Amino acid sequence: MSQALTTAHSVVAPTPLARRIAATIVILYALVSMIPLAWILMTGFKTPPDSIAYPPKLVFQPSLEGYCNLFTTRTRQTADYIQSLGPPQTICDEITRKRDMVIAGPSNYAPRFWNSLIIAFGSTFFAVSLGVLSAYAFSRFRIPLADDLLFFILSTRMMPPIAVAIPIYLMYRKLGLSDTALGMILLYTAVNVSLAVWLLKGFIDEIPREYEEAAMIDGYTRLHAFFKVVLPQAATGIAATAIFCLIFAWNEYAFAVLLTSGEAQTAPPFIPTIIGEGGMDWPAVGAGTTLFLIPLLVFTVLLRKHLLRGITFGAVRK
Amino acid sequence: MSMATTEDGTAGRIADQAARGTTPAIARRIRGLSDKAIAWLFIAPTILLLLAINIFPLIWTIYLSFTNYQANRPNRPITHVGTKWYQDILSSPDVWAAMQATAHFVFWTILLQTLIGFGLAYLIDRKFRGHAFWTTIILIPMMLSPAVVGNFWKFLYQPQMGLFNYIVSFFTGIEPSSFEMLGSVSLSPWSIIIVDTWMWTPYVMLICLAGLRSIPDYIYEAAEVDRASPLRQFWSITLPMALPFIMLAVLFRGIENFKMFDMVNLLTGGGPGSTTEVASITLKREAFEKWRTGYSSAFAIILFVAVFGLANIYVKALNRVKQR
Repeated sequence: MSQALTTAHSVVAPTPLARRIAATIVILYALVSMIPLAWILMTGFKTPPDSIAYPPKLVFQPSLEGYCNLFTTRTRQTADYIQSLGPPQTICDEITRKRDMVIAGPSNYAPRFWNSLIIAFGSTFFAVSLGVLSAYAFSRFRIPLADDLLFFILSTRMMPPIAVAIPIYLMYRKLGLSDTALGMILLYTAVNVSLAVWLLKGFIDEIPREYEEAAMIDGYTRLHAFFKVVLPQAATGIAATAIFCLIFAWNEYAFAVLLTSGEAQTAPPFIPTIIGEGGMDWPAVGAGTTLFLIPLLVFTVLLRKHLLRGITFGAVRK
Repeated sequence: MSMATTEDGTAGRIADQAARGTTPAIARRIRGLSDKAIAWLFIAPTILLLLAINIFPLIWTIYLSFTNYQANRPNRPITHVGTKWYQDILSSPDVWAAMQATAHFVFWTILLQTLIGFGLAYLIDRKFRGHAFWTTIILIPMMLSPAVVGNFWKFLYQPQMGLFNYIVSFFTGIEPSSFEMLGSVSLSPWSIIIVDTWMWTPYVMLICLAGLRSIPDYIYEAAEVDRASPLRQFWSITLPMALPFIMLAVLFRGIENFKMFDMVNLLTGGGPGSTTEVASITLKREAFEKWRTGYSSAFAIILFVAVFGLANIYVKALNRVKQR
């Protein structure tokens, strides 16, 4: 197109053919890598027989059975008993009765999902609050051994979770924190605070000190300047950091499976335990997985500009 | 890091000058709480939390690693066993088998992810139309929960009706029920490598992309003027200049996969037998199934030391990239 207008830049610009080849390969990769996710989504809308059909069914009659099974527990009943019941109240009633079953009650999925929400948001709130204070201190003040402290903070996140879980398990048992939301919030806060400090330090480093200094000359105290000047300036960075913390806590499995079993269990250890009659209930697993992954898709899109920062602890800013 | 210190110095001077230029009363108001007090007030909660949740338990683990304590028998008298567990671990064939399984997993995942990730980044850097959109699509797998996704891959790998076997048979003609990705000794190590590569190639790709974008255009222009061939440009400019970023990605994936637990636990649980029993799975079996708390504490300490060493190198790499 504008190749004729030779600028200094166009010397290194790829040729249209190279671009087309690159686009083809990248798009092909993207589509192939989406197959497992598309399959999860589709399986959620299949009936159990359709989900295990061979060859795998690409075209099928969509059903809500997976979602009904995800949220309910069911018991098998005789046809006579089901006949004696009144007309089905909900679509799930209808689907369940076709399989000679009746809904016995709600399943544990909703409470587990709720636990995930509470623990993720609770730990994110604390991690970001602690993180922003530390990050500000590391960014603005001369702290003895700052590099060593920062390394110490980061290294706590690198530890193998199973190795950390052994003493935490013993400690929580003594303190009565086993299988409590509070215990999980504390633990995830500790894991996330290191990411929060590193990420937020990068964001705060980018805010010119002159802003606070001007405010302080105008009579603000340092604390005032921090709350009234620095925090609003860092809002985007704080939001991005919070989303990264949410994602970690939302996805975490190792601590959750070892330290929670009932009351405080989150969704990741629960989803693999969804079983139907005679094996895994794959449509219900697909439905549960879909609902669990949707928030993550939203987060990915929201974060796309900050992803690189997040995964390199703020070191690479693009 | 050194940059930060000099900045700090100048800022301190400016603040001092500002303070000196005003009357002492106002100067005190500018300072309010002394900066030093604020600094420690701001850092203390984080450090205290980490001491309580990380360091105290770590010290406890070190203590336990020299005892015969068993978490499922808390009332049994504790005896000290010295370095017995450490000797047992370092001479145990099971541990070495686990280390081998881990090394196999780490080596192949890193190799595949680096090759595919760098390749993709290189292609995306051709800046074709819509590359930003497709980059976001490619990034999705790495944001998902390894446990939940690993669990679902179990379904894809089913030999009778799984999609993976079907696709393989579609392209190769091999009977889809003739091989079991999760059940066979020779294939199961590859089943976890495939899932990990699917999930984390985007991670390597994203960091490599940042590396490629950090190379200024004028270097290529100079090479073009010198009539360097595209291949020569790739080997002499692109690769060496992106290398620190590639190293960063490799190190981080190395650390993460060295301690890999969730995806493998759900996909194979270490099986069949112990073919995919990576270090974290062994540790979980010893600590939470056999309840050999002392032994597993010693094993945990050994893993700690290894990760700590790797993390040290990682932070150095981070700082090197940061200076770019």
